[in-house]
Amino acid sequence: MTYAIRAEGLVRRFGATTALAGVDLAVPTGTVFGLLGPNGAGKTTTVRVLATLLAADEGHASVGGYDVRRDAHRVRQLIGLTGQYASVDEALTGTENLLLIGRLLGQSRADARARARELLARFQLTDAADRAAKTYSGGMRRRLDLAASLVGRPQVLFLDEPTTGLDPRSRNELWDTVRDLVTDGVTVLLTTQYLEEADQLASEIAVVDHGRVIAQGTPEELKAKTGGQVLTVRPADPADLATVVAIAGEVAAATPEVAHTTVTVPVNDTGVLPAVVRRLDAAEVAVAELALRGSSLDEVFLSLTGHRAESDAPTGADLERTPA
Amino acid sequence: MSAATVTADTPLAPARRLGVAAGLRHTLTLAWRSLVQIKHNPMELLDLSIQPVMFVLLFTYVFGTAISGSPGEYLTFALPGIIVQNALFATMTTGFGLNTDLTKGVFDRLRALPIARWSPLAGRILADTVKQAWSVSLLIGVGAVLGFRLGNGLLGLLGAFVLLLGFSLAAAWISVLVGVLVSEPDKVQIFGFMVIFPLTFTSNVFVPTDRMPGWLQHWVEVNPVTILADALRGMLVGGPVAGPAALSMLWAVALAAVFAPLAVRALRRRV
Repeated sequence: MTYAIRAEGLVRRFGATTALAGVDLAVPTGTVFGLLGPNGAGKTTTVRVLATLLAADEGHASVGGYDVRRDAHRVRQLIGLTGQYASVDEALTGTENLLLIGRLLGQSRADARARARELLARFQLTDAADRAAKTYSGGMRRRLDLAASLVGRPQVLFLDEPTTGLDPRSRNELWDTVRDLVTDGVTVLLTTQYLEEADQLASEIAVVDHGRVIAQGTPEELKAKTGGQVLTVRPADPADLATVVAIAGEVAAATPEVAHTTVTVPVNDTGVLPAVVRRLDAAEVAVAELALRGSSLDEVFLSLTGHRAESDAPTGADLERTPA
Repeated sequence: MSAATVTADTPLAPARRLGVAAGLRHTLTLAWRSLVQIKHNPMELLDLSIQPVMFVLLFTYVFGTAISGSPGEYLTFALPGIIVQNALFATMTTGFGLNTDLTKGVFDRLRALPIARWSPLAGRILADTVKQAWSVSLLIGVGAVLGFRLGNGLLGLLGAFVLLLGFSLAAAWISVLVGVLVSEPDKVQIFGFMVIFPLTFTSNVFVPTDRMPGWLQHWVEVNPVTILADALRGMLVGGPVAGPAALSMLWAVALAAVFAPLAVRALRRRV
């Protein structure tokens, strides 16, 4: 197997804070690799190091076989970058933004123009092609951003939280685009704090927290790691909630989570289901919902990090950016 | 530069390094980008044009008679200095634009491209030099309409152009440094206002040195704005040229020598 991206022991400190505490990655060529973690986990810093924007204090990394430090210029010829910070020029039109990149990449005027037209059509921006990007909606801007990173037909694409702030429709469109790119042989490194996104797109996921990869594998492997199954019980009468929590906790031998009136608890043994039914029946609890399902990445994340993906890590979101 | 157009279907071995010619081409493309912005934001052109013209009109007709006896006399005295003042204000566009690129993420996108490391900055400075040239031409044109006459013909005009643009290029490094250090573009403007306003008013741009209090004259005489204004007066109107022009160039070299390394270092630290 060849790897489009390799990183070994990346360490990066900003003053007293350690943004990366030794990140190792190996991304197989032609796959989508998900870097999953909360704000401040070190995802963006990792991407900045791999995209040659930031030097790591320790460790080394290569993209397309070229060292990101020694051969930065070569790496830049292989990559496309889009996301939270690498952005388009709002004062230029969609066409001009793409022309700018094309010309900077050495394309002839005619080639750059043709490529711009092609990308604008692909991302449904033809109607807005001659409007300044500052008049675009959030979704349109994100599409232009992605188009800009594809002008040079990159072999490796970095997507840093590409769907943050997008409505569900735009998000689904972007996901389709990413799948198309992979069909074309592009390697995609995707950072996200949305578990669903990683689950949908990535063939392999690295979970990052506090500047470290704390788990890695396919979505299924990660889900299996936490015991695999989750028991969900919702009493018909909220007054029975305490009874349900007690029964679920006892049967699963774990501490249940309560969200509104729904009780969830991870279980390892599928035999718990009949036991729970019997106990609930004996306690005369009427049940509105009762289910045993494979655990979502949400539960994986919780069990790995001890906190929900949505909650901010104590290191804070500002770690993600270079201090001004 | 065929090496940069790497495609997925034709994987070429990417080039290791970049030639100077390619860097210059990137600079031109990026300068185009800064100038084409004006097309979508015509206000910027008004900014470049209205303020200098307003200064010429206001000072000539409001203060002209009081200071020099007649608006015509005053215009001859003040126009070269107003050109200097305007050029210094205009250097702030460099820092403003750079800071906008840094805060909006455009700079990172450019840095992730296989282009010459220095081209984003060089392209911006080149575009701002073009804007400078526009403002100077406009001021000379408006001056000519109001009665300003060149004392040394086209050669003097050309000399004034070269000296002014050279000095602006050096002073632009201060703007770059400020643009890198501040957190948002508007702060560059505030800096410009707080520094360039007093700096240009405590020179002999608007009022002859001998009409100011004694203590202030000491400063006015060594103020580089005075020196540059004197050089431009010499070239555009008449009078000594060599002394103030040489001193202006020395100032330009000194400013660039101090601020260019500081600015580049600050930029490296920020990105």
